[in-house]
Amino acid sequence: MSSYEDLDPLPLILGDQTYSTIDEQIADVVIDQKRHNKKTWFMPIGIAFLLVNVLLVTVGWLLYQGIGIWGNNIPTAWAFDIVNFVWWIGIGHAGTLISAILLLMRQQWRNSINRFSEAMTIFAVMCAGMFPLLHTGRPWVAFYWLFPFPNILGIWPQFKSPLMWDVFAVSTYFTVSLVFWYIGLIPDFATLRDRSTNKYQKYIYAFLSLGWRGSAKHWHRYEQAYLLLAGLSTPLVLSVHSIVSFDFAVSVVPGWNITVFPPYFVAGAVFAGFAMVILLMIPVRKMYGLENIVTMKHFDWMAKITLATGLIVAYGYTLELFYGWYAGTKIEHELLTWRMDFFHKPYSWAYWMLILCNIIVPQAFWNKKCRQSYFWLILVSLSVTVGMWLERFVIIPMSLMNTYLPSSSRMYYPTIWDFSMFIGTIGFFIMMMWLFIRFLPAINVFEVKDLLHKMHVQKRTHKEEAVATTSGGTH
Amino acid sequence: MDTMDPTPKPKLDLEVVRERLSNAKGRHYWRGLEEIAETDEFKNWLDDEFPHRSTLLSIDRRSMLKYMGASLALAGLSGCRGLFLPQTKVVPYVKAPEELVYGKPLFYASIYTQGGIAKGVLVEQHEGRPTKIEGNPDHPASLGAADSFMQASILCLYDPDRAQNVTQSGDISTWETFVSAARDAMKKAGPGGVRILSESITSPSFGAEMARFQKAFPGAQWHQWEPTSQDNITRGSQLAFGRIVNTYHDFSKANVVVSLDAEFFASMPGSLAYSRQFTDGRRLEKPTKSMNRLYSFESMPTITGIYGDHRWAVRASDVENIARTIAGGVGVSVGAHGAGGVDASAINSIVDDLKKNRGSSIVIAGQHQPPVVHQICHEINAALGNVGSTVMYTEPLEVQPVVHLDSLKSLVDDMNSGKVKVLLILGANPVYTAPMDFKFADALKKVPFRAQHSLYDDETGGQCEWHLPEAHFLEAWGDARAYDGTLSIQQPLIEPLFEGRSYAEVLSALRGETTPSYDLVKSHYETGDAKVFEKEWRRWLNQGTANVPKSAKANVSPSGSIAAPTVIGQGAEIIFQLDPTIYDGRFANSGWLQELPKPVTKITWDNVVHMSPATAQSLSVTDEDTVELKFNGQSIQGAAWVTPGHPDNSFTVNLGYGRTRGGTVCEGMAEENLGGAVKRDPWGFNAYALRSSNAMDIGLGAVVQAAGGLTPIATTQIHHTMKGYDIVRSASFEKYQEDPTLKPENAEDRQELEKQSLYPDQVFSYNGPQWGMTVDLNLCTGCNACVTACQSENNIPVVGKLQVKKSRELHWIRLDRYYVADENRDDKNLANPETVFQPMMCVNCEKAPCEPVCPVAATVHSHEGLNQMVYNRCVGTRYCSNNCPYKVRRFNYLNFSDNQEQFNTQVPPAAREPKAHGIELLRMLNNPDVTVRGRGIMEKCTYCVQRINEARIEGKKLGRDPLDGEIITACQQACPTKTIVFGNIADKDSQVSKWRNDPRAYRVLEELQTRPRTSYLGKVRNQNTEISGEAGA
Amino acid sequence: MAKARYYGIAAQFESPDDLMAAVRRSREAGYSRMDAYTPFPIHGLTDEMRFRDERVPLFMFLGGLIGAISGFFLQTYTNAWDYPFNVGGKPLIGYPAWVPITFECTILFSALTGVLSMIIMNGLPQPYDPMFNIPSFARASQDRFFLCIEARDPNFSPTEVTTFLETLNPLTVEAVPR
Repeated sequence: MSSYEDLDPLPLILGDQTYSTIDEQIADVVIDQKRHNKKTWFMPIGIAFLLVNVLLVTVGWLLYQGIGIWGNNIPTAWAFDIVNFVWWIGIGHAGTLISAILLLMRQQWRNSINRFSEAMTIFAVMCAGMFPLLHTGRPWVAFYWLFPFPNILGIWPQFKSPLMWDVFAVSTYFTVSLVFWYIGLIPDFATLRDRSTNKYQKYIYAFLSLGWRGSAKHWHRYEQAYLLLAGLSTPLVLSVHSIVSFDFAVSVVPGWNITVFPPYFVAGAVFAGFAMVILLMIPVRKMYGLENIVTMKHFDWMAKITLATGLIVAYGYTLELFYGWYAGTKIEHELLTWRMDFFHKPYSWAYWMLILCNIIVPQAFWNKKCRQSYFWLILVSLSVTVGMWLERFVIIPMSLMNTYLPSSSRMYYPTIWDFSMFIGTIGFFIMMMWLFIRFLPAINVFEVKDLLHKMHVQKRTHKEEAVATTSGGTH
Repeated sequence: MDTMDPTPKPKLDLEVVRERLSNAKGRHYWRGLEEIAETDEFKNWLDDEFPHRSTLLSIDRRSMLKYMGASLALAGLSGCRGLFLPQTKVVPYVKAPEELVYGKPLFYASIYTQGGIAKGVLVEQHEGRPTKIEGNPDHPASLGAADSFMQASILCLYDPDRAQNVTQSGDISTWETFVSAARDAMKKAGPGGVRILSESITSPSFGAEMARFQKAFPGAQWHQWEPTSQDNITRGSQLAFGRIVNTYHDFSKANVVVSLDAEFFASMPGSLAYSRQFTDGRRLEKPTKSMNRLYSFESMPTITGIYGDHRWAVRASDVENIARTIAGGVGVSVGAHGAGGVDASAINSIVDDLKKNRGSSIVIAGQHQPPVVHQICHEINAALGNVGSTVMYTEPLEVQPVVHLDSLKSLVDDMNSGKVKVLLILGANPVYTAPMDFKFADALKKVPFRAQHSLYDDETGGQCEWHLPEAHFLEAWGDARAYDGTLSIQQPLIEPLFEGRSYAEVLSALRGETTPSYDLVKSHYETGDAKVFEKEWRRWLNQGTANVPKSAKANVSPSGSIAAPTVIGQGAEIIFQLDPTIYDGRFANSGWLQELPKPVTKITWDNVVHMSPATAQSLSVTDEDTVELKFNGQSIQGAAWVTPGHPDNSFTVNLGYGRTRGGTVCEGMAEENLGGAVKRDPWGFNAYALRSSNAMDIGLGAVVQAAGGLTPIATTQIHHTMKGYDIVRSASFEKYQEDPTLKPENAEDRQELEKQSLYPDQVFSYNGPQWGMTVDLNLCTGCNACVTACQSENNIPVVGKLQVKKSRELHWIRLDRYYVADENRDDKNLANPETVFQPMMCVNCEKAPCEPVCPVAATVHSHEGLNQMVYNRCVGTRYCSNNCPYKVRRFNYLNFSDNQEQFNTQVPPAAREPKAHGIELLRMLNNPDVTVRGRGIMEKCTYCVQRINEARIEGKKLGRDPLDGEIITACQQACPTKTIVFGNIADKDSQVSKWRNDPRAYRVLEELQTRPRTSYLGKVRNQNTEISGEAGA
Repeated sequence: MAKARYYGIAAQFESPDDLMAAVRRSREAGYSRMDAYTPFPIHGLTDEMRFRDERVPLFMFLGGLIGAISGFFLQTYTNAWDYPFNVGGKPLIGYPAWVPITFECTILFSALTGVLSMIIMNGLPQPYDPMFNIPSFARASQDRFFLCIEARDPNFSPTEVTTFLETLNPLTVEAVPR
């Protein structure tokens, strides 16, 4: 069989592939554990593990002392804690978007990256989930007083509070993503079960696969459920970040109470999420030689989406400025100068950095070469990841520092513990990702096979047309 | 234990103890143990961890084992002796007093003395614990109000750093040992060898005791020393009348007041009364055509000058010339003099105003102004016929009126010449406060037998072999005169917590009698039939003032010959002033007062070098820049502070900081390095180091230059102007006549606003009282009394400088201070800006933004319109604070309620060793009616809900709602000017409703639709139209 | 007895197309009880087998409905009936504020019912299945496509079925023991 290049200069699967070659490339990454015993796997997870310990120390100290170890104060009662929360949640969104929305849009190319990005979603939401709990003054009661269960106190949560909406949104989001992810894994577990030679591996994967045997009737129900789950996840992913943005949009704080927040936050989330996928996909792809399955075409399209969402975010920033001006109240004008006056206001650098990272740098993706060069992909993704963090910093602490009554405006400065908490979660995230790569198929095996099948069909029809034309010529 | 024990003392032989313990059995065991416990040595040993050892290192293994063994015994002992080890005598009721109802506080009248002069207080007592100090309405000096000093003195009672035992060179001793040692020394001392140094004292009974003492020890001399520059006033009256008289004023009759650098709202013995009398002349409850007027010439801006109608920023050394100019204007013959840098026309119109108000005006000088200025004031007041109507003269209040500087000087000379053999210091801290050219510490070393009897073992205590614990004024009987000569009895509420004794008790003990303070005081007044007197005495105690003649009226008339101009040199000016919150340094160990923002600068925990914006510019320094201040050949370093309204080329420093001994709070930030050695870095700098006897208050020739580097200062306000928001409304009296609403152009119309709301106007309709508060900014002087009252009533912890710097202070009342930038002037007049105060506490919005955002319903609305905070339910998301437009919510970022060192340490509080009975003592201060908030909990003003509930319960008993005026919030109660009114706004006749419907009434940020229950009334300034606008106020 | 000994006869194919063809042929041959086993879903296969099951979507719809109702009820009951209080002067039943949680509950219930109904109706988890008895079946999850005509088919007879399957150009034809 010749390869697919002649059909499409930039096909989704490169090389001369059969179903078994797919298995060898994806499934055996997990089956053959020896493949991981090299620096490229141990170095990152080693560093990540150190950072996880930093996280543990920070959390321990936090519970022992109280959140006074952070820089938060009055009026800036929310700072790094909520910034990180929103940032992580945002990163999570790309996963669901890729796996659900692109599925509904019948975007075949998603098949090679959805598993990976779903994993990213789950781990990102885990990181995010730490903050709403740990940022409270009394986590030991917060973790159950926020859930509605009949208790001896006779009191219920207060459902008018956006924070309650958060609790429901985030926990639903996590549950559904997890289920979605596991459902997708079941057939692959079966594959692993059948390929693995090691007895224990066999047992474990057999257990996880629930005895899946690929029956057509099962596939029938399976696909119904899978598709509908995707259908549900789509509004879900949109709702989650909208609700997160309600935390701010619902309040009276100047700089928060803006109606554009929900769409603007969702776009920002996807923006950051795709950047993170690109960032993580590049090394993994190299490490495990997946170039044939995750191709430049994938990066090209992810870059395009990044660019598009980036423009939406830029539109959001413009609207913020417009509202500030159009509101016509002094306080809103104050806020604008507070954010933008580079020469007089202490934190204005954050605003301009954010403009640079989120609006200017991503414009490179207009250029095809940049969309397909490792250097530019990594550069832009990094700048977007940083920029989106800064965006939350500009929105949350910087708005709080600027209060209605000038007398209550005070400065906020982060402490070492603010940073260690943040770095720690990054470590946790990387550690989980690397464990995932080692023990689970990082790419959806059966969907790639499905894709391959479809490409066979496509190719055959194409050949037949060709034959038809030539034979017609001979007559 | 920094000093080693010079005299060998009987050591407790622990071997013997162990034997005794091991032999003793059953009941013998306990009896045996208590016997040991009774011995002094064992007491000492109990009290300090390593008796007679300088460091831990000098303990060998064997003795360590001994201590461990015996500490078991101690555990058993403390178990049966209660929390407080034998040296305290606090005991629960065995038989409760008849008037006691458990859970109900009792109030006792007493007096609080500062500088020897009394202010009447009511002390709240819960089950025998004094918990709060309030003003005594029947006392002329307090009229029911209480300043921050009075209220914070309750913290001193429970201060773990207070001197607890008689100590000899740092080791615990006993009164008996001291008295015998002292008596021997005094017998040997011979005539003139025995000296007593006290602060100024007005207590007649102490005077009598002193007389008896001097009879017992012939030639014993009594010196007095207060660092608070009372001398200028004393000398002033000597100049004017040839003798010392006491001057006090009646501002209620004064239509025009000229203040020559006088802060009569704060730093004077009669300040509370003065504030009330003066502001009563400005109340606008009913339409009025007249209002009193205050002109002030000030150096360092004070709340008095800020409050007034016209204020000139003049150097303190120019005030004398201004005084002479005014004097000349009213027809007093004054010598040649300069102008004083204020244009003549202004002064002329002031003079006219004064002349128009003969007999109803006051010219008053600040106590740090030189004597001649005070003399001139006497002359002017006499010329204007104010004497007798607004200015009163009485015989001196002190038992033995002296010029303190001379008194101290003679003592120091005698000490240097070796005449002084025995020196007993009562209360004063001369090593720290004496003029630096006296070199008091060196002189003190020449005295063989020296003892200090004071509340804290301070710098002076460190130089004395003996230190004796003084009884807190709530622990001992006494008496004192108020600013107008009224005599009151000081009634204790609690047995001494430690071994404290009163001054008089010490003297009598030294005479060889051990008369308790009660008898010393009572016997002094006891006359005629004992039964009759007993009734009388009880009445005195009950009403808080004694029915004995006031100090006699002094019929004096000024000589008319004014002393020559005081020349104090050339160059930049330095002004020494008492600190507005820690006074002369005596309150430096009070966390409440240290953390109380200075009224004008809003600085906490520090003193700074105040300078005008122009001066700062010329020195090219700004806030927090370290500057070096050279004067009298001495030099100190401190933070520069740009103070709008401060005169140019002049620097003001506050006394009382840079304390090096006297408690963990005042000694500054502790940095514990490895090995637990504690290094302390004092707050601020010690301005006394520059203060010499020839320039006690004002000196010329100071040199200030930038020293490089920063000195971090914790201030509670970093933005100073209103940026054009409609936050505080103020206008001139004329404008008020035209438009009583004082509404600025940009203000929106309330009715219009209320129409805009999306929600139904009244979702919940309640019958029953609806609580509301109104604050009349026209009366608020910004004196901070309410802040301390709130702190005391609501168990508000102190957080320490580091945390204030992080903007985590917990005061529920934020006393905002705004400079009103004058837009008509290009320099915005920030050199001498109009300044306003605004107490900002939770305004209890009817549509509170904080409530809907709380996920656990920890803040909800009560049916009486209170925005309630449910502490036990709070999980600390802090969302409510973010959503509060007024930012009046406070959060316990750390475990602030359980701190004993007020967090003045780099070591995290939770990781620190608790001090011996430290926190137990401080806990006794807590108001049992208010929840103590732990870590991670949001808190805020609740309109003193505990008082509301109290009144409601009382009302229920009588089957009615609380009447108007029955509920008085803590801030309202303490306020000297009755600025705050609280009550039921549903009742149209209540005072709060009347104020709420006053045309001046407005609500802050009402455009946000929060419907605050607290409204404010705009400020009105009665400015003299003849004077051009260049004098701000 | 034959039915007792066999679960069915399985044929192994190389490509989806062969399988598809085989399914069509065997249906035409009158076999109704059959099942196909593939490494990935092949569209149209179940239609060829005349197999339809629309219950999963139904259950998901019902789940969503229940979720929505219970979400709204939870908030109204707790905040307006069981323990009502005045929060910022807003109406007790602030239905606009109820929307997000109602929505989230809808999604959550619907998703969980969907997944559970799918798993249960597929009879999973099922550690043992006769198909596992043929050794080559391990490749059914990798690169081979199986068709199994089951013994419970009325027209089932081992020999006939085997010969029939041989005609569909399979890689192998094996009896699936019980």
